[in-house]
Amino acid sequence: MKVTFPHMGNAHIPIKALLKGLKLEVIPPPPVSKKTMELGVKYSPEFACLPLKVNMGNFIEAIEAGADTIVMAGGWGPCRFGYYAQVERDILKNLNYDFRMVILEAPDSRLSDLLKQVKSLGENVSLWEAWKAIKFAWYKLNAVEKLERHFEYYLPRVVDKDKVEKIFDDGLKNIDQADERKEVHDFTNICLKKMQEQPCHNQPVLRIGLVGEIYTILEPVTNYHVARYMGRLNAEVTRSIYMSDWVNDHLLGGWIKKSRHAEIINCASPYLNYWVGGHGRETVGYTVDFARKQYDGVVQIGPLTCMPEIVAQSVLGKVSEREGIPCMTMYFDEHSGETGIYTRLEAFIDMLQRKSYLQSSFSTPIGVDNKFVL
Amino acid sequence: MRSEGKLLREAIIVHYYLGVDIGSVSSNFVLMDQYGNIREKVYLRTLGNPVKAIKEGFAQIKSRQGEQLDIRGVGTTGSGRHLADVLLGADVVKNEITAHAVAASALFPGVRTIIEIGGQDSKIIILKNGIVQDFAMNTVCAAGTGSFLDQQAARLNIAIEDFGDYAVRSRQGIRIAGRCGVFAESDMIHKQQMGYPAEDIIMGLCEALVRNYLNNVAKGKKIEEPIVFQGGVAANAGIKKAFEKVLNSQVQVPEPYEVMGAIGSAMLAQEQRAQSQAPGNYRGDDFILEGEFKSSSHECKGCPNLCEVVCIKRNQEILAYWGDRCKKWENSINRQDKLQVI
Repeated sequence: MKVTFPHMGNAHIPIKALLKGLKLEVIPPPPVSKKTMELGVKYSPEFACLPLKVNMGNFIEAIEAGADTIVMAGGWGPCRFGYYAQVERDILKNLNYDFRMVILEAPDSRLSDLLKQVKSLGENVSLWEAWKAIKFAWYKLNAVEKLERHFEYYLPRVVDKDKVEKIFDDGLKNIDQADERKEVHDFTNICLKKMQEQPCHNQPVLRIGLVGEIYTILEPVTNYHVARYMGRLNAEVTRSIYMSDWVNDHLLGGWIKKSRHAEIINCASPYLNYWVGGHGRETVGYTVDFARKQYDGVVQIGPLTCMPEIVAQSVLGKVSEREGIPCMTMYFDEHSGETGIYTRLEAFIDMLQRKSYLQSSFSTPIGVDNKFVL
Repeated sequence: MRSEGKLLREAIIVHYYLGVDIGSVSSNFVLMDQYGNIREKVYLRTLGNPVKAIKEGFAQIKSRQGEQLDIRGVGTTGSGRHLADVLLGADVVKNEITAHAVAASALFPGVRTIIEIGGQDSKIIILKNGIVQDFAMNTVCAAGTGSFLDQQAARLNIAIEDFGDYAVRSRQGIRIAGRCGVFAESDMIHKQQMGYPAEDIIMGLCEALVRNYLNNVAKGKKIEEPIVFQGGVAANAGIKKAFEKVLNSQVQVPEPYEVMGAIGSAMLAQEQRAQSQAPGNYRGDDFILEGEFKSSSHECKGCPNLCEVVCIKRNQEILAYWGDRCKKWENSINRQDKLQVI
């Protein structure tokens, strides 16, 4: 059995560790590229959202590389994601691919269910070995996230942005290849140390909250690397969603570490009091949370036609006004012209920079004399 | 005394700032002197060839001035701003939002709302005390923009310059669907075949585009006076009238409405040059006028992304690469400059 799974940012590193721990041969799809997009768009329904198209591309490329089993997450609720696994399976069957699809349904708060599902995936693994695999994957996931958070912190601050990107990418590669806990630990620390050693500038750094749909946030290819782009413009980006929080809240029932989920849901009130599917309510809640933490602005992202995010967007105007935080929404679909995206981001960052510059220097520009200080 | 001083100042050798706005449909150039006077403005159609447009625009300014220009700073904006930067050597490469806001608040101190409609995009900018508070750009649909108006004018065989005058002559606009360009066009054809006068149909179209703009771009943002309407479409008196009718407020159109982006970037260039001690980036008149610019593209086979890498060459010298996601090509040329800027 050769197992594959869809890409979602750096999630492939812990997922690969998990499946390997279950003594499975893993064939991860090649990194999401233009070819992946082309394949996905070609074989997906036109009105489906971008994540499904990227998944399709991933699966086709992985099957062509020799995979015969696909592991895919299931779901339920108003978001279309709940149907993805089934739709994707049917499309691939119609294309005459020979494969087996295993759909992991989110057990929501029953850890034993997850353990059982994971164990049934493996071949001849004991419950103990399954447990060990989960633990190692969790360890890797946390190491990856540690790098991500440090990268988010250092990218806007260092002088040589290319260098720090390279350090980060290399660090991820090393963690991916490590087989022992000790190795993961060492590689993480080496990478962090290198990042810390980079010379920093002393220009002001903005803080931006990135909220929205989970896949678009976690998979940088689908959001055209907005986080890196803003980082390069000296803005520190904090995401609303980190993979470990999601696993903790939704798969492990908040069992493994302290969860802020309930607090965030509370923040969403009174703006959005209902669960609208996907991460709609979290988007609103985190926007409020970022505003109260004195962030400079919030960028909401999602795939085009994403229903939960559209609902959240319609509420964000009010949130922005009452909580006093500038918000901008961007939807992504397959397009290759990045200029439009970067123009909007640059304008947003520019606006915030000028605003904070003026607030800090206490000058009020009035009239023509101050026309250059917008 | 004061006027004498001013005259004296003007007699002193002037230096200039060049503002360039390379848009999808038009390429605009502004030559501003150090006192903020607009000495020269050029509005050209890009016609799908920005390199040619930049060269021609600059040549026009140069020939009209007819003397050696002392250009101290260059600012570029618009979707072709990076290309213009490579060809001219810009000190400031800025997005259109900032450029438009800078220009409008210099010409209309205290402006609260800027409506900007260009060839392919439309935006709204909300200002407070001269600071941008909020903005939005059209996302998926270009129905309310200049290209669509262009297309409809051509279909009705009316010169785009006269389009607005037709609309203003109308007494009562006909209801046209504004949600989608395709719907709007089929509505127009239907109404025209029913025999409605062209003036009323065109006014109806203007109102439809204004509704489209308010629903898709402004999306519930508070539009407060003073309102400034700029960009190429501001030439259309019908759209201005429709905005005034729907918003029930006065809408001002600046005299250089079509080159506001270029004015803004010239001002930004001046601001930047005043702050910086380093020499300007302007590459000189001969660089742009004498050079033979060529662009070529190739598919990079370095990874499965197969990026289409564009290469800009002047004579035989490679000026810039872009289009690669990993920046392998891009950084092979400009890495040192970039580090210096930071």
